[in-house]
Amino acid sequence: MNGLQSWWDYLSVRGDMLAETIGETLLYVGSVTGSAGLLALTVAILTRHRPFAKELCLAIASVFLTIPSLALFTIFIPILGLGFAPSFVALFLYAILPILRNSVAGLDAVEASVLESAKGMGMTDRQVLLKVQLPLAWPVILAGVRVSALLTVSISAIATLVAGGGLGDFIKSGLARIPLPNSFEAIWTGVVFSLLLALGIDILLRLVARWTTPRGAR
Amino acid sequence: MTPPDRQPTLPAAAGRMRSRVASLTGNLDLIVTPVIAGILLLLLGGVWIYADFDPTTLRILEPDQLLVQLGEQLYVAFFSTLLVVVIAVPIGILVTREGAPMLKNFLVTILGLGQAIPAYGLIVVFFIFMGQGATTVVVALATFALLPVLRNTIVGLEQVDRAVIEAGRGMGMTPVQSLLRTELPLAVPVILAGIRTATVINVGMAALAFLIGGGGLGETINAGLKLNRPTAIFVGAVLVALVALTFDILGALAQRYLRPKGV
Repeated sequence: MNGLQSWWDYLSVRGDMLAETIGETLLYVGSVTGSAGLLALTVAILTRHRPFAKELCLAIASVFLTIPSLALFTIFIPILGLGFAPSFVALFLYAILPILRNSVAGLDAVEASVLESAKGMGMTDRQVLLKVQLPLAWPVILAGVRVSALLTVSISAIATLVAGGGLGDFIKSGLARIPLPNSFEAIWTGVVFSLLLALGIDILLRLVARWTTPRGAR
Repeated sequence: MTPPDRQPTLPAAAGRMRSRVASLTGNLDLIVTPVIAGILLLLLGGVWIYADFDPTTLRILEPDQLLVQLGEQLYVAFFSTLLVVVIAVPIGILVTREGAPMLKNFLVTILGLGQAIPAYGLIVVFFIFMGQGATTVVVALATFALLPVLRNTIVGLEQVDRAVIEAGRGMGMTPVQSLLRTELPLAVPVILAGIRTATVINVGMAALAFLIGGGGLGETINAGLKLNRPTAIFVGAVLVALVALTFDILGALAQRYLRPKGV
């Protein structure tokens, strides 16, 4: 209980820093999943009739996830400098694959007979996409967005190493001060609030998926 | 070799064309990853030739030192992967035996939630409990990479057709024989895929070992950051990336050639 008490004391005087770092992490999550989602969905739609291009894009996106986070965060420093920019680019590249994979899978999963009936009703290719395929694939696409958002929360902790801010700031400052007072408290703050943030975003996006899925596609 | 009367008919030839396209698509990761690794190598060469190296940068990028760091990185990656396999595969086997579905779902859920913990934070938390050094990094990484191998062991064993197991049992196999001679061999490709994922995670995350005195190529990146030498940062980052990509390619090859015959 002593540990919890001292953690609470530590937190109670650092509300500003906590709010600021959570804000920075949320900024990463929003900007990264938004832009990566837009790109991934566009690619999935453009390549829906071209299997080879589709596989090629998936293969390239998966190579990014193979590259270790420390490397991807630092490799752009000579061009982009320190701070938000290199962290954003790294997180963006990581976030593409989950959304792209799910968008492709979602669009592919629409049954051929359904597509045939849509065409038979006189729908154009664009109408089939907008009125049949996308609504049916929506839950799967959103699941990909959720995976990307959680990935971003978790990996963005490293942004602090390239002066990119976020909840990793607590972990870094704690690690630098071990074994001085408040060092463990700082580390636990970074880890616990990353987890809580991930949990919150997970629940929120599950709810969004439930609310925005067309009734027929549930 | 082919007798003349067995010349492929037109549909067969078309089928072969299609299968060639399919196999090219199936091999894409074995083409794209080396291509990107090649581009990184070219960039590295370009930097080597055109960037100006001041004495500090040269000292950070001392080749002997880089080799030592590479050794440390591979050491951490090897032992953490070994630890993962030794722990996750037996647990995966145990929880897929009859009568343990609760435990299985519980484990997968807990480990899935654990994935949300930043690797950076996890390494530092283990440092709090275990002190500094490579051993701590090995244990932290093993924890982080447990899920892919455990999940794939479970999935691999569960996708084995019940009828195949029944047939083996009907031939008088004991449960242990059935596990060793039927289920495990059939599950090997899926388990190998999990081990490949874990290896790539570990090789990459080992770059963070420098944070708690575990060495590794992260030292070079860190020195570049501390001393503000972008060239050194870039070289360190490319080396870390190349090591991970190399292991991914090796993993893909292993997945292709280590699967038991007949599967």
